[in-house]
Amino acid sequence: MKRPSKPPAPARFSRSLTDYIYDPKARALALQAIVALLLVWFVWAIVDNTIRNLEAQGIASGFGFLDNTAGFDISQSLIAYANTMSYGRAFLVGLFNTLLVAVIGVVLATIVGFVIGIARLSGNWLIAALASVYIETLRNIPPLLMLFAVYFGVLKALPSPRNSLELPFSSYLNTRGLYFPAPVWGEGTWLFVAGVLVGVAGAVFLYLNARRKFILTGKADSIALPQLILVVGVAAIAFLAAGSPLSFDYPQAGRFNLKGGMTILPEFIALLAGLTLYTAAFIAEIVRSGILSVAKGQHEAAAALGLHRGQIMRLVVIPQALRVIIPPLTNQYLNLTKNSSLAVAIGYPDLVSVFAGTVLNQTNQAVEVILITMSVYLVLSLLTSVFMNWFNARVALVER
Amino acid sequence: MRVSARTGPPRIEAIGPLRWMRENLFSSAFNSALTVIGGVISVWLAWGVADWALLRAVFTGSDGSACRVEGAGACWPFVIHKFQMFMYGRYPDDQIWRVNFTYFLALAGLVPLMLPNVPGKLWLSIYMIVVFPVIAFFLLTGSEWLGLEIVETEKWGGLLVTLVVACVGIAASFPLGILLALARRSELPLIKWLAIGFIEFVRGVPLVTVLFFASVMLPLFLPENVTFDKLLRALIGVALFSAAYLAEVVRGGLQAVPRGQFEAADALGLNYPLKMGLIVLPQALKLVIPGIVNSFIALFKDTSLVLIIGLFDLLGIVQQAVASDAKWFSPQTAVTGYVFAAFVFWLFCFSMSRYSAWLESRLDTGHKH
Repeated sequence: MKRPSKPPAPARFSRSLTDYIYDPKARALALQAIVALLLVWFVWAIVDNTIRNLEAQGIASGFGFLDNTAGFDISQSLIAYANTMSYGRAFLVGLFNTLLVAVIGVVLATIVGFVIGIARLSGNWLIAALASVYIETLRNIPPLLMLFAVYFGVLKALPSPRNSLELPFSSYLNTRGLYFPAPVWGEGTWLFVAGVLVGVAGAVFLYLNARRKFILTGKADSIALPQLILVVGVAAIAFLAAGSPLSFDYPQAGRFNLKGGMTILPEFIALLAGLTLYTAAFIAEIVRSGILSVAKGQHEAAAALGLHRGQIMRLVVIPQALRVIIPPLTNQYLNLTKNSSLAVAIGYPDLVSVFAGTVLNQTNQAVEVILITMSVYLVLSLLTSVFMNWFNARVALVER
Repeated sequence: MRVSARTGPPRIEAIGPLRWMRENLFSSAFNSALTVIGGVISVWLAWGVADWALLRAVFTGSDGSACRVEGAGACWPFVIHKFQMFMYGRYPDDQIWRVNFTYFLALAGLVPLMLPNVPGKLWLSIYMIVVFPVIAFFLLTGSEWLGLEIVETEKWGGLLVTLVVACVGIAASFPLGILLALARRSELPLIKWLAIGFIEFVRGVPLVTVLFFASVMLPLFLPENVTFDKLLRALIGVALFSAAYLAEVVRGGLQAVPRGQFEAADALGLNYPLKMGLIVLPQALKLVIPGIVNSFIALFKDTSLVLIIGLFDLLGIVQQAVASDAKWFSPQTAVTGYVFAAFVFWLFCFSMSRYSAWLESRLDTGHKH
């Protein structure tokens, strides 16, 4: 065999094209480069088109509009607001209204959901069946339909302000909402507040004391009643000592509507009722699956220790069930917060209704308004997730 | 202790309904009290519904005057007279057979596909995925070439729009959701982070804002002379929204497939599409069927939101009829309309959830604990 005249080439430093095609790393890089290029082109095309369209339609851009005068009224606001204030202020009003309905809705839905979920597991056949009917009915109906049914079907069918329904405690219910006396705090309120604080501090002291005794001796004192007496008693004494600084502003019948007092808008009631009833059906199923996930042996072991049924639930079952319940429960809280945007359909002044509705129509600055609205919900979602993850980590099973 | 050997039939309270009642309704004083309270609530509810929907209800009449009687219950003539409106919107009378024919074609493919024992699943799938959408598109929108009158989507409404949005949403979001889930599990950082960004962004915002986005921002993104059908814009929004949720469901399934399956596919020399298509996805999707059906139920309920951007789905058209038709105005018209809409939505969602539960029990191959 003839030896090659040239010496063999040293290890090859240059690679042919086929080598690259069959190299996974090179292929991955190439694929990502193509995707990146497409992405850049896509974003550039959108931005370019948008700028052209905005120019053609004569729409301003930038966030300067937030300082302009809003010029419209908002039916409910937690912070001072008048139509001479800016769009930025209107945004804040909408944001607080969203937060208000979301927070109250989460609390109510959790309570209703836990009650229904436990009822579904009841040994009583009738109670379990009623809970099933509730769950299977409500979670298969769109929440928006429930809002409409409560708002247009029930609340709008209430009597007009002239023939308001009279409720206890000088409250009235009519098609404009629920009216009830507003508390007015007079001089000396600080003394009452101080009394409440002292009472609570005393109750905390009692709890810490009982806990120390329990750890040292194993004897559990019942301290609920002394705590209650302490808090209510001290607060009552302080209230009287300050000269009863509380009076009420009662709603009075005016010419067209009731005046004075506090009002809860029918839109708020409808939104809260719809969101609560709908979300509670899902929370009930989560609670049920959580409780079922606790092994039967845990119930039996707790019963063998002599705990009664309430204690078994409170001390043994619920703490273990919470580990299963919390992650999906977080999702339901987020869903409720996001569903509160349905407010726009019945005119409750939430963030979407005020900002993505009225402000968008007045300014036409769709890009900025929609981006701000979406970011708010994103941030709310992230904050809720972070908090619930922290809470979940606290109750999670500590394993090796 | 004396043990008595009792002969003859068992005591009456030890068998049958009485025993069942004692164990399930009156086992303790607390339970008995609950039963009484629950019984009162059930009777009150059942009586209230029957009284409103049947006893005091109005069944005949040609306008709202029959329902404006003091103490009248449900106003059924309203639903009867508006039934065609609620089902088809303003779709022309003489063309409604096209919608019905589309429903028939859909059922002809779907029913045998959903029953596990019917053979020919592959051909049925091809029919439903490729053939049916094309036929349905031309049947519903019309085509000069086929001699079918063109019906603009503005005339569509009611249950037709609800079903079109839901079905197109499902059909579009399913492949998109699988792609997103695969991308999120990809080893390529850029693709992975793009998928994570998209999924988490969409899941973090309400559908209402996505629909607003689709309705006011999408037109700005397009070149000036391109315009979009309103229904199509809503469809894009709904499909993107649903895909993000579906992607998370599918990701759960992908994570549940044992690592050995991936490695075995690699060892056989399968490339990525074959590995995923033949080995991983069939197992992953089967695991998450209940989750997928739940996403579809959620999507079906979410279609009602399109009324916010001015489309008339079933809820939108009922809402329009109760709010703006003075001829039918009566105190019970609104409630009757909502009850009807709620019943239709409930029927669809409830049957889907029952089907999913049944499928889950059938597909359970005993791998769960």
